[in-house]
Amino acid sequence: MAEAVSALNGASYQGFASVREIGPLGMISLRAKPDVPGLSNAVQAAVGLALPEQRRVVQNGARAVGWMSPDEYLIVLPYPEVAAALTAIGAALKGQHHLAVDVSDARAVFRIEGDKAAQVLQKLSPADLAKLEPGELRRTRAAQVAAAFWAEGDGYTLVCFRSVAAYVMGLLTHSAMPGSELA
Amino acid sequence: MSTRLSKGGRLIDRASAQEFTFNGKRLQGFKGDTLAAALLANDQMLVGRSFKYHRPRGVVGSGVEEPNALVNLGKGGRFEPNQRATTTELFNGLEATSQNHWPSLEFDVGVVNNYAARFLPAGFYYKTFIQPRAAWKHFFEPIIRQSAGLGKAPKDRDADRYEQAYAFCDLLVVGGGIAGLQAALVAGRAGLRVILLEQTAHWGGRAPVDGDVIDNKPAQAFVDAAVAELAGMENVTLKLRATAAGVYDHGYVLADERVADHTPGDGRPKHRLWRIRAGKILTATGAIERPLSFAGNDIPGVMLAGAVRDFVVNWAVSPGDRTVIVTNNDDAYRTAIALKEAGLEVPAIIDARATVSGDLPARARALGIRIEAGRAVAKVKGGKRVTGVAICLQAGEGAVLDEIACDAVAMSGGWSPVVHLYSHCGGKLVWDTAQAHFRPDAARAPLNHDGGALVYAAGIANGAMTAAAVLADADAQARVAVAALGGTAAEAPVPQATPVTEQPMDAVWIMPQGATHALKSKMWLDYQNDVKVSDVQLAAREGYESVEHTKRYTTLGMATDQGKLSNINGLAVLAQALNEDIPQVGTTTFRPPYTPVTLGALAGESRGEIFQPLRKTPMHGWHEAKGAYLEPVGLWRRPYCFPRTGETHEQAVHREVLNTRSALGLLDASTLGKIIVKGPDAGKFLDMLYTGVMSTLPIGKCRYGLMCNEQGFLSDDGVVARIDEDTWLCHTTSGGADRIHAWMEDWLQCEWWDWQVYAANVTEQYAQVAVVGPNARKLLEKLGGMDVSKDALPFMAWADGTLGGFPCRVYRISFSGELSYEIAVPASVGLAFWEKLHEAGAEFGAMPYGTEALHVMRAEKGFIMIGDETDGTIIPQDLNLGWAISKKKADYLGKRGQERTYLASPDRWKLAGFETLDGSVVPDGAYIPAPGVNGNNQRNTQGRVTSTYFSPTLKRGIAMGLIKGGLDRKGEVVEFTNLAGTGTIKARVVDPVFYDKDGERVNG
Amino acid sequence: MLILECPYCGVKAEETELSPGYEAHLKRFGPGSSDDDFEAYMFARKNPKGVHFERWRHSYGCGKWFLAARCTATLEVFGTYPAQSSEPPADLVAKIKAKRPDWKGFK
Repeated sequence: MAEAVSALNGASYQGFASVREIGPLGMISLRAKPDVPGLSNAVQAAVGLALPEQRRVVQNGARAVGWMSPDEYLIVLPYPEVAAALTAIGAALKGQHHLAVDVSDARAVFRIEGDKAAQVLQKLSPADLAKLEPGELRRTRAAQVAAAFWAEGDGYTLVCFRSVAAYVMGLLTHSAMPGSELA
Repeated sequence: MSTRLSKGGRLIDRASAQEFTFNGKRLQGFKGDTLAAALLANDQMLVGRSFKYHRPRGVVGSGVEEPNALVNLGKGGRFEPNQRATTTELFNGLEATSQNHWPSLEFDVGVVNNYAARFLPAGFYYKTFIQPRAAWKHFFEPIIRQSAGLGKAPKDRDADRYEQAYAFCDLLVVGGGIAGLQAALVAGRAGLRVILLEQTAHWGGRAPVDGDVIDNKPAQAFVDAAVAELAGMENVTLKLRATAAGVYDHGYVLADERVADHTPGDGRPKHRLWRIRAGKILTATGAIERPLSFAGNDIPGVMLAGAVRDFVVNWAVSPGDRTVIVTNNDDAYRTAIALKEAGLEVPAIIDARATVSGDLPARARALGIRIEAGRAVAKVKGGKRVTGVAICLQAGEGAVLDEIACDAVAMSGGWSPVVHLYSHCGGKLVWDTAQAHFRPDAARAPLNHDGGALVYAAGIANGAMTAAAVLADADAQARVAVAALGGTAAEAPVPQATPVTEQPMDAVWIMPQGATHALKSKMWLDYQNDVKVSDVQLAAREGYESVEHTKRYTTLGMATDQGKLSNINGLAVLAQALNEDIPQVGTTTFRPPYTPVTLGALAGESRGEIFQPLRKTPMHGWHEAKGAYLEPVGLWRRPYCFPRTGETHEQAVHREVLNTRSALGLLDASTLGKIIVKGPDAGKFLDMLYTGVMSTLPIGKCRYGLMCNEQGFLSDDGVVARIDEDTWLCHTTSGGADRIHAWMEDWLQCEWWDWQVYAANVTEQYAQVAVVGPNARKLLEKLGGMDVSKDALPFMAWADGTLGGFPCRVYRISFSGELSYEIAVPASVGLAFWEKLHEAGAEFGAMPYGTEALHVMRAEKGFIMIGDETDGTIIPQDLNLGWAISKKKADYLGKRGQERTYLASPDRWKLAGFETLDGSVVPDGAYIPAPGVNGNNQRNTQGRVTSTYFSPTLKRGIAMGLIKGGLDRKGEVVEFTNLAGTGTIKARVVDPVFYDKDGERVNG
Repeated sequence: MLILECPYCGVKAEETELSPGYEAHLKRFGPGSSDDDFEAYMFARKNPKGVHFERWRHSYGCGKWFLAARCTATLEVFGTYPAQSSEPPADLVAKIKAKRPDWKGFK
């Protein structure tokens, strides 16, 4: 099979913060109520991480689990591991009402990095970034499209839908242009 | 003449000269000047013409209140009309031109209106242009359009960029004068997140100009110390050149930051629109001085007293050598003193009050200035410039007692607190009789989400009119706000301003109070829109008793300054004319923005490529590279057709249809909605959602389904595939995926929350390609990897497998009537798969086709299209889709709605096909007329076309449409209108399936 | 522009992150219902000046529908609660009655 290509094939921009599209990342959308037996085992089996609390993302290197809603989790993992993880989740939750689907190709992921990375998001999202706690995953919008982001390393990781990747890259580029620092 | 003084000017840097031009004339100012200050320094008092009478207009104010000094700035991509010279910071290379005159500022033909003023009273347009009706369209309107409008709209694309940003704080303080600074200090020291906005480029407001003394030092020392302390606080954000334009519900504030207006082309955004969410808002917005209404108060050289003081103190600009002061209050005496101390002449202070006492008049007297108490200006003399004033008794009718030669008049009618932001969100005002102004009523503050006060006013904006009162009030109001926010303000002494004893002002609305009509016809209320005292009185006489009606009738306060100078004077005149009290007459509604916000800032980043999110499939780049003509489908851009060199779009569509029917067509169908529905109750859920039965669909099979809203009207359609025991995949229309997913979530969350069903929108996970045509199977067999034979994968079946090494799910479904496979592969390999299909399909005649070919082919097969055959009022039964509705189900969404009696009426229009007798194409939108007319005397109709195309396959026009009686009228010839209204097109009612009625091809 | 706290994820979302869903606590009338009941279900909507119960979806956030009690005149928000509620919670009703003594109550 052909090699998997992310939406923008790794586009990047260097402004007062750096912006780059990363991926493709493996992503699984897992729908299940938190009290479903086997849920934490399923997530553990998939990525070796505990279930996150409300609005939190737990991370270990290239693997992460984010709380998306009271019955939805986003599992992030290396792209080639998705099929095995889905199998593991299916086995752990066998007989329990749940839904686990591969959404790796339905998303685009960006890294916004640098001292002033927060300012790039501050221009696009009605979220109070100063109050974004460590390990908090915020679902909101970036200008006119849905987005989710969390602080990670020297900046932020932002996830959006694949079809609007070019739009989001345009937003991030515009917002990171030199001379437009907010402070 | 106005000129630059040799000394002084607290805001200018004389070492830094700035070159600029006005109407092409090269002039020089200093860094720190406003354009108005620099123009006055160059004796350019005449800056524009008024809107209606084209009267000469000079600078009146020194800030945002300025109604006259509006100029065009810049050129080309940086041209901006209607910029206030008083708020425009001077920079090297600034180019300004005056507006609203022809052919020149000095000689303006439009001034003829001035001499016709007695024929152009309030409501003139309303009264004059009503009859005859035709004259409005052909004569009056073109002339008025030609002469209307102040600045010209920019023609070129804006060369600058703009952006927006979100900010959050506990307390937003608006206004960087001493009140705002003190309030910010209180809140900042309490540890709250504070944002302090100042609309000008300087902190401190009026206090340093007015010579206030705080804690025994000049006000500037307090300002500098406060700014330094605030700048050192991490929890405080300071912003200059940022105007809070509007206050909205729940603490939302829009603020326009003029980042680079004064440094154009330096690469920074020109403006930044802040979207601030504040816990509470404190408005320390100061006050605006009111003009006095005396005859000739619009002649260039007549200015607000505070503005005259600003020009002298801030920019060392003298508006005139000899300035007469006209006032009803003590504050204007500060201007007299400032002028005198700058070495200028003040021939007299005309004070309307009968007696004059207090500290400031005493100082003026000590400086040798003549004070005329109980006097008024009978009229100002001069044309394009003041030459003198005639003096009369304020209590009289205007008999001239004396004339004084002067070249400037500084007037003060008192100060009106800036209550705009307080009022935007419902805050109410009280009339303060002593100060003769409206001020915020704290008992009726605008409310926040918790029912508590949202906005607090402080300082002069709250009616505290002396520096000592301002600081005390700002401190107190900030403490109230801090406590309301749950904070604790530390004990700290309030800075003390040295008190100045002031005598109360007298409300003076007309000068002299018994002025004749002739005088009142020369007393301007609204300088920009040319509204005079006589106009408001006329409106009152003609029955316009409401201030809102008078405003619209006279256009008082409707110019770009929104009546900052004129509103209070105007409503006071109206109240007098109506013999009512001012509070009874009330104010007009204050609405955002406080000052104009440029459209660029409101658009922010939304222009060009990122004007709106365009959704792109993984193959989008390929389509563009191949020159596809794209059309919008929701936010997607899909290829309409792939024209080859020399082909029209129509020719391309015909070629694509014929090639697909005869060989092989490839369609990027990735936009098709794909929603996975899974759970023990998923079958039950889908049976409620669709009109048909999905729970019985065997695994591995597909079924066409219809969704209706609760009214029973068709909402979406698509093919559903049963994936496994408790999983279905629902295809939706391209534009419908998000809407249908939300519709599912709505029912699952809000109505059937105990049902065990999860839905996931996986539309973008897959690239989907329709491989269509007699050679479709040959291509897939060549790629290899799975059995796609008729037996293994019959029509309306699906299978997982690989093709050419690509993991895929293949659906044997068809929207074209041809042998067709829709193949879903992961989006990340979508482009590679698409390219592989073209490469391998070349030998079978593979060609891409677009949405128009898709539409033509579906119409040839009689398939309906959501949005063409449906419009939100169509039930499936109208479209002969009764077969897709389960008769056995007790319930489904829309079933009850469809049971409404009128939907069973035999008069409803139903779907049929149409073949024109002459083979031509029925125009889009054509109706089938019926005899007679309806109650509105409109022609009756009995049907309309819904889809109409030239069929390249059948080589004739085909159409689908809705007609009364539907297919019961098969064989009948009906007449469609042609849209030009020049005749009709005859067409035969036929079965809508024009092509391969038995479905041999699709089953092949 | 309103702020409503999503009871599911705890985000104080602003209006642009939400989608309105109009009146809350409607009872669905399906097949077999009278014309009057069906008409009321489809078309008869409360439009009070004062306390109103309405549906909102945290569409740019966790995607959940929730219900809000709000004063249409002052925009005061009395509270938000999960959509899986057939009527407003008792403590919310008590809170509204305390703030709006004239309110005639839910229903």
